[in-house]
Amino acid sequence: RIGCLTEDLLSVLRVKKIHFNNNFAYLINLKCPNYLLFLQIFINNEWQDSVSGKVFPVYNPATGEQICEVQEADKADVDKAVQAARLAFSLGSVWRRMDASERGRLLSKLADLVERDSVYLATIESLDSGKPFLPTLFVDLQGTIKTLRYFAGYADKIHGTSIPMDGEYLTFTRYEPIGVCGQIVPWNFPLMMTAWKLGPALACGNTVVLKPAEETPLTCLYMAALIKEAGFPPGVINILPGFGPTAGAAIASHMGIDKVAFTGSTEVGKLIQEAAGKSNLKRVTLELGGKNPNIIFADADLDLAVEEAHQGVFFNAGQCCTAGSRIYVEEPIYDEFVRRSVERAKRRIVGSPFDPMTEQGPQISREHQSRVLEFIQSGITEGAKLECGGKALGLKGFFIEPTVFSNVRDDMRIAREEIFGPVQQIMKFKTIDEVIERANNSDYGLVAAVFTKDISKAMTISTAMQAGTVWINCFNALSTQCPFGGYKMSGNGREMGENGLKEYSEVKTITIKMVAKNS
Amino acid sequence: LQRAAAWFEHGEMVLSALFYQSRCTRNDVLTFLMFQLFINNEWQDAVSGKTFPTINPASGEVICQVAEADEADVEKAVKAASNAFRLGSPWRRMDASHRGLLLNRLADAIERDAAYLAELETLDNGKPYAVAYAVDLPTVVKCLRYYAGWADKWEGKTIPIDGDYFCYTRHEPVGVCGQIIPWNFPLLMQAWKLGPALATGNTVVMKVAEQTPLTALYVASLIKEVGFPEGVVNILPGMGPTAGAAIARHMDVDKVAFTGSTEVGHLIQQASGSSNLKKVTLELGGKSPNIILSDADMEYAVEQSHFALFFNQGQCCCAGSRTYVQADVYDEFVERSVERAKKRVVGDPFDLKTEQGPQIDQEQFNKILGYISSGKREGAKLMCGGGIAADRGYFIQPTVFGDVQDNMTIAREEIFGPVMQILKFKTLEEVVTRANDTKYGLAAAVFTKDIDKANYVSSGLRAGTVWINCYDVFGAQAPFGGYKASGVGRELGQYGLDNYTEVKTVNTVPIKNLFSALVVCLLHTSLPLCTVLSAAVFPPKNDKKAKFLLFSTKKFNLQNA
Repeated sequence: RIGCLTEDLLSVLRVKKIHFNNNFAYLINLKCPNYLLFLQIFINNEWQDSVSGKVFPVYNPATGEQICEVQEADKADVDKAVQAARLAFSLGSVWRRMDASERGRLLSKLADLVERDSVYLATIESLDSGKPFLPTLFVDLQGTIKTLRYFAGYADKIHGTSIPMDGEYLTFTRYEPIGVCGQIVPWNFPLMMTAWKLGPALACGNTVVLKPAEETPLTCLYMAALIKEAGFPPGVINILPGFGPTAGAAIASHMGIDKVAFTGSTEVGKLIQEAAGKSNLKRVTLELGGKNPNIIFADADLDLAVEEAHQGVFFNAGQCCTAGSRIYVEEPIYDEFVRRSVERAKRRIVGSPFDPMTEQGPQISREHQSRVLEFIQSGITEGAKLECGGKALGLKGFFIEPTVFSNVRDDMRIAREEIFGPVQQIMKFKTIDEVIERANNSDYGLVAAVFTKDISKAMTISTAMQAGTVWINCFNALSTQCPFGGYKMSGNGREMGENGLKEYSEVKTITIKMVAKNS
Repeated sequence: LQRAAAWFEHGEMVLSALFYQSRCTRNDVLTFLMFQLFINNEWQDAVSGKTFPTINPASGEVICQVAEADEADVEKAVKAASNAFRLGSPWRRMDASHRGLLLNRLADAIERDAAYLAELETLDNGKPYAVAYAVDLPTVVKCLRYYAGWADKWEGKTIPIDGDYFCYTRHEPVGVCGQIIPWNFPLLMQAWKLGPALATGNTVVMKVAEQTPLTALYVASLIKEVGFPEGVVNILPGMGPTAGAAIARHMDVDKVAFTGSTEVGHLIQQASGSSNLKKVTLELGGKSPNIILSDADMEYAVEQSHFALFFNQGQCCCAGSRTYVQADVYDEFVERSVERAKKRVVGDPFDLKTEQGPQIDQEQFNKILGYISSGKREGAKLMCGGGIAADRGYFIQPTVFGDVQDNMTIAREEIFGPVMQILKFKTLEEVVTRANDTKYGLAAAVFTKDIDKANYVSSGLRAGTVWINCYDVFGAQAPFGGYKASGVGRELGQYGLDNYTEVKTVNTVPIKNLFSALVVCLLHTSLPLCTVLSAAVFPPKNDKKAKFLLFSTKKFNLQNA
């Protein structure tokens, strides 16, 4: 099945409209497999066309060709979705009256359904986002399933406390859902980010209006179908494909939305926070960009460090907010590290996402490809040494060669701004104090990593880093049990782990007058 | 029947006969039961070759013979469990989330076979099928799912300890856990025990009650089916004085959890003390007060109090067996309770109309009848029941005593049968004092519409659980356990995990210059820390400074001592 999906097969892609559950669905004929795609807006457990009737095209970034057209949600659709979500959240509703453990059960069912359809979901994820199929199946889908299961387990474990307060009172706290949550997810891990958002929101009992990225709406919409199949009540989850400046902005400034969670660029993160400030002071959580330091000491296991640093920046074609895009290498091993990193980057296999050998697929869009190439140009202009790569690759699709820069200085653009592409910057450092200072000298603070065998160095660096996550002798070791989020301009709040639940809860303190208190 | 046909197709088991078991012969049933010991994911006969009969309490007939575990079998099971717990074993290396997944799968398998398990439970225990199916089974499934979710959420902490140290705690499993479960809720008690033990990564040697081994053994087959590694769960049917005692005193069992009588609870704790000081948690008896204030909704209170006592044939450790009723509504309450008890349908547990089945065995049956005659002898007023309810099996009539005094045997001892004691009180202060005047402290309830009275009574009662305007409300999320002689520790909820956890505190020295830390410690005369640090800074061999520091530290400690 995977082998069938070479580019020439994709080129004969045809779309057919069929009836499905009283709604339209679309069959895409790829000669071999039949693709069932959902291309409408999902409100109140129903598939709907956009109010405006507008649609937008979705492309396969590996070929640059259009896959299909999807209904484009706008402010009017957001209004409808918020209304549905508000109704689903109203006091006495099915969702509000539901046992917490039953909410967990539904999330667990959703995880089972995603697991059931994981090969299919991985296929359309690859098709839509260009990420290689196998990592999608093993990383993205597993991450999605595990996240949903994890938060399923939390639904009935979100404990308030009873508090020994002064005076003749009994006080206890309840963790209550915030209400209608707007969630805006990015295109780099479309399904997994959807799960990161839905898991805690639903475990806590909120209702959701979620906007997937316009580049990658397909898996998220398929998930909508699974949400309905799992049995979530109507209106609890509403999914609206659309654009940031229209649908996204409508969510961020909506008076009927109690909380907004956004994952994406720092630039847009600021707009979201502003919109919340201007409208109803909705709670805001943000997962934004990063320019993450990866510090390699001379005593590190060099093979491990080179490979992890390579994966740390090139994973997902460099399109990770966690990308370790500032690699600080201690002087004695600098040249050797650069040599081995270049050698590794040259071996990186770029190609069709459906080829099982492929390590790196295309960038997400033509626009993004140009942006990354422009960064590479700036690196060359500002005097960094281009060790390998640096160019677009192939005639079709949005591929870029794995690129390595050495002799990078901290003040260069490629060392300060988030590139979000397959471009590795390697810098030199001498002392631990110096590298701490330089690594922290950034607006961002998402993640950091250190490679060393010395436990003291490891602990010193990990406590000194202004970053939400620090990895010691590993990179991108993310797991649903561990909180993730940014210091400084990399974000607000934390996702995942128990911390993730706090962002979707209001604490209510209830105090009762007692007649005669005893301990 | 459809379900049975489906099982038949799976080549597993056919059980249509079971549904009518109270009328059918042993042979129809025998072939579908697990009746051996479950050790290391294998079915084994007892080392001694001994078996014991398990009896259908509704008829008094033998269902089948079950292998009887003894000390030698406990030895084998503990070996298997220790091996499954060894460092580097599949179980120890397994992701916590995967432990959760296995528990979830076990819950799914039990849910799939719920109808069969409920039938088997009713057959072996005598509880009405309708209750087994609608109460016991769903709660079992929910309990396992609840703890499945905890597996990867049982977090240690990082701790801002004084000085240049990095300190964190890890929640590690205790090790091999002995678990001894009772016969009143065989499946549910098994889930209460397995859920937290497995979520936290322990291995288990479980002894099930000799009266009701069948469902637990069937669950053992599901444990194997869903893929728990060998030796993680071992299930041994057997007797308390032999197999149970062997677990309680075993030197390689790190923890024992027991649910049963207070009398045996004493023995378990003693055995732990005289062997390896294994951790002990106990869920024991109760004589739980149920307090009805005069402003309560009478009809509701009568029904709840009836349920509180008679549920599960009165065989609940939390049975509301001292019903305190305020004087001005006492007579009416007694009258209505008697009326309700007379309406209670006692009969064939497989009849869906049946509310009350037989008691578990001859011994309990005799004991309860003994309590009833002591009540009469000591002057309580027998309002209804008091006798045997059928000519075979262990059925007892729903019995209500009025005018019960606190010092009567039936008001002080746990009867564990369908015998209700109704006592009179006047003031709140009085009833709280009287309610607390017992060695037990498992559960309590208060019925009132007044929030102040509810708060006063609920905070004044010495009991692990207090229900306000309800009774026997259990959730996997809410902890349950006893004050005083009703037990040690709590089961269920997050608290339930504590009993299965060892906390390990890990301190490391993160700073670059250990010597400067040493100086800091010296300045603050934190000498115990100096001992550690000086050893780290100056390798103890051949270093005079280190020797000096160690010496002075020693001297200081001696002086302190």
